[in-house]
Amino acid sequence: MPKRYLYIWFPYLPIERMSKKHPELHGKPFLLYAPERGRMVVRAVSPALVKEGIRPGMVVADVRAIFPGLEVIPAEPEADAQLLNKLAEWCFRFSPIVAVDPPDGLVLDISGCPHLWGGELPYLEAIVERLQKGGYAARAAIADTIGAAWAVARFCRELLIEPGRQEEALLQLPPVALRLDEPTLQRLDKLGFRKISQLTAIPPGNLRRRLGDALLFRLGQALGTERELLKPIQPTPVYLERLPCLEPIRTAKGIEIALERLLAMLCTRLSSESKGMRSGILKGYRLDGETVQISIGTNRASRNAAHLFKLFELKIPELEPALGIELFTLEATLVEEVTEAQEALWSLGCNNQTVIAELLDTIAGKVGLQCIRRYLPQESYWPEHSVKEVGSLDSQPETEWRTDRPRPMHLLPRPEPIEVMVVLPDYPPMHFRYKGELIHLVRADGPERIEQEWWLQHGPPRDYYRVEDDTGARYWIFRLGLYGNGKPQWFLHGYFV
Amino acid sequence: MYDRISNKKDLIRQLKEQLLSMEGFSSGSVSRRLDFGLGPMNAAFPGGTFPIGSIHELVSPTEADAAAANGFLAGLLSTLMGQSGICLWISVGRKLFPPALKFFGIEPHRVIFVDVKLKKDGLWVMEQALKCTALSAVVAELREVSFAESRRLQLAVEDSRVTGFLHRIRPVSQATLACVSRWKISPQPSHSNGLPGVGFSRVQVELEKIRNGRPGSWQFEWRKGRFLFVPAKRPAALTAESAKNNLDSNKASTKMKAG
Repeated sequence: MPKRYLYIWFPYLPIERMSKKHPELHGKPFLLYAPERGRMVVRAVSPALVKEGIRPGMVVADVRAIFPGLEVIPAEPEADAQLLNKLAEWCFRFSPIVAVDPPDGLVLDISGCPHLWGGELPYLEAIVERLQKGGYAARAAIADTIGAAWAVARFCRELLIEPGRQEEALLQLPPVALRLDEPTLQRLDKLGFRKISQLTAIPPGNLRRRLGDALLFRLGQALGTERELLKPIQPTPVYLERLPCLEPIRTAKGIEIALERLLAMLCTRLSSESKGMRSGILKGYRLDGETVQISIGTNRASRNAAHLFKLFELKIPELEPALGIELFTLEATLVEEVTEAQEALWSLGCNNQTVIAELLDTIAGKVGLQCIRRYLPQESYWPEHSVKEVGSLDSQPETEWRTDRPRPMHLLPRPEPIEVMVVLPDYPPMHFRYKGELIHLVRADGPERIEQEWWLQHGPPRDYYRVEDDTGARYWIFRLGLYGNGKPQWFLHGYFV
Repeated sequence: MYDRISNKKDLIRQLKEQLLSMEGFSSGSVSRRLDFGLGPMNAAFPGGTFPIGSIHELVSPTEADAAAANGFLAGLLSTLMGQSGICLWISVGRKLFPPALKFFGIEPHRVIFVDVKLKKDGLWVMEQALKCTALSAVVAELREVSFAESRRLQLAVEDSRVTGFLHRIRPVSQATLACVSRWKISPQPSHSNGLPGVGFSRVQVELEKIRNGRPGSWQFEWRKGRFLFVPAKRPAALTAESAKNNLDSNKASTKMKAG
């Protein structure tokens, strides 16, 4: 079956994205720029400015000289690429094979699709119309080859090229329609080639000798003598189960039964694909048109229906059935691979770890995930930076926990200022006053000087002393700064055993 | 029958163990008989071993006491957790500095901290955790716990045999709880044998209450990764009454010092 391709060109994609993000820009002239070799270069311009002769590639300073007070905004190419990907996913409704052509185009392999819309013309119009409704100006063209569709969408008035007619359509177009690189285009321009028909009139051997392989290759792709492969994007699989109810559900028990059934369905599917759920949403569609939902998250990907049920169960009271829920959907919004090998990696009594992960999920469901903390050592002498928090249960320390310097059992969240009496500079204090209480010190160790980590923060060093008072209580105190330049401050930072 | 005296002794021992297991103490099977290195203190415990699978209460009136209690607790936990155990540490307003656990033989990354804002949440988390047999121990640092709440926790451990510690820091009330024991740990002046500086950490361990055991008071030093019993001048294990007297006289003497 002969192939047919549809190319969608978005002439103003970055502009449209920006004016959707900032609605106040809508309809106003503005441009997007990005730095290039030390200059600010125009990347995209709004339609109004195109009419004034502003083109991408100009220097922002020049444009500003022409239009003082013009709105200029930094471009966000990554966000534009994401949007293009989203649009590509949206296009799955028109064809199962969709590819992204950065920075501003989509290619659809539409062989065998248009008849569902009643022919190629209504199909083309349907796509463009729906995109325009969504706020994206688009030009789409259909041809036998990707190259021809690309050229026609951009440079031709005619948008529908009948099968086998691409050569006729292309011959009248300028060489820029062949997707060539800039140096080749400039050389063609110098040589006086204004139309593709002038190129095809020359024997291919001569062309190759003067202008290289790329030109012939591109020409072949556009005309259909060279093959061009498409890299279609993969649709993200949706883990969603639906459960319509014969009668509206109004009781907690009913919701539980619905949840159990949905979980059983979803978990069967997850285990057949060796996946596990990290977060899920249970939605209930009510009779009065409202939607109610509860969501859960897990510490480790899980496909244990009983465990997931327990997590949801804690939140069922939050679902308000009102007149009744007629449809339940359960979606795994975040899914991760779980393989048996990975489960075995839990070296520490493997099964225990799963049980503990499930316990932590239950706790996180009640008090919040941010309450659960685990610490790993970090290579830093500064006490506050010597540990780092980790979220996952799997992560293991990369360095040893250090025990060569004394560290207190209790560390105050922030050092508390104390008043001290010191006999000599660089000596530990005789006594100190903390919260109105006078503490006489008997023994002391130190000082341990800890300098500021200059790559993080600046300031005077800390001299830590481990001191013991007459009742036996042991403290960790430090002096911030040195005697000699200004008056150093003393702080209490922790308690030793 | 031939050796009646030893038979009688065996019988009494068996009956005692039965009684203990009926009262919710672990039967102390060989595999679970852990040595905490508490030396002469073991005599105070029922069956001569630290009760596992029950709730212990620690009371710390001051911040320095709390640090000492956590140190002693860490020493116990290192034995309970062994090489691969995992411990849950629940607290409201936690001050514990994780790297310090390493000094007491615990890999700090094997402790999972749950920092809650409300006591109510802390108790809920503790009850859930105590039902999880995969954990070696559960510690909760809370301020106030009522009798009913503590009984609920005790019931939770009786099935799972997880050891729980309720550490009450600066409590207002001194209400009795349904725990097998009540401990009070306070730091003691260290002895450095005439050398300058601070010596090994020394703590006074007061076992104020122990079900089916004998309360008393001991001093321990943490040296080279284990507890070292420091013999005091007075007898180590005291009867409940003399312990109380001793306590009162101790208080009086500290008051006098302060005065």
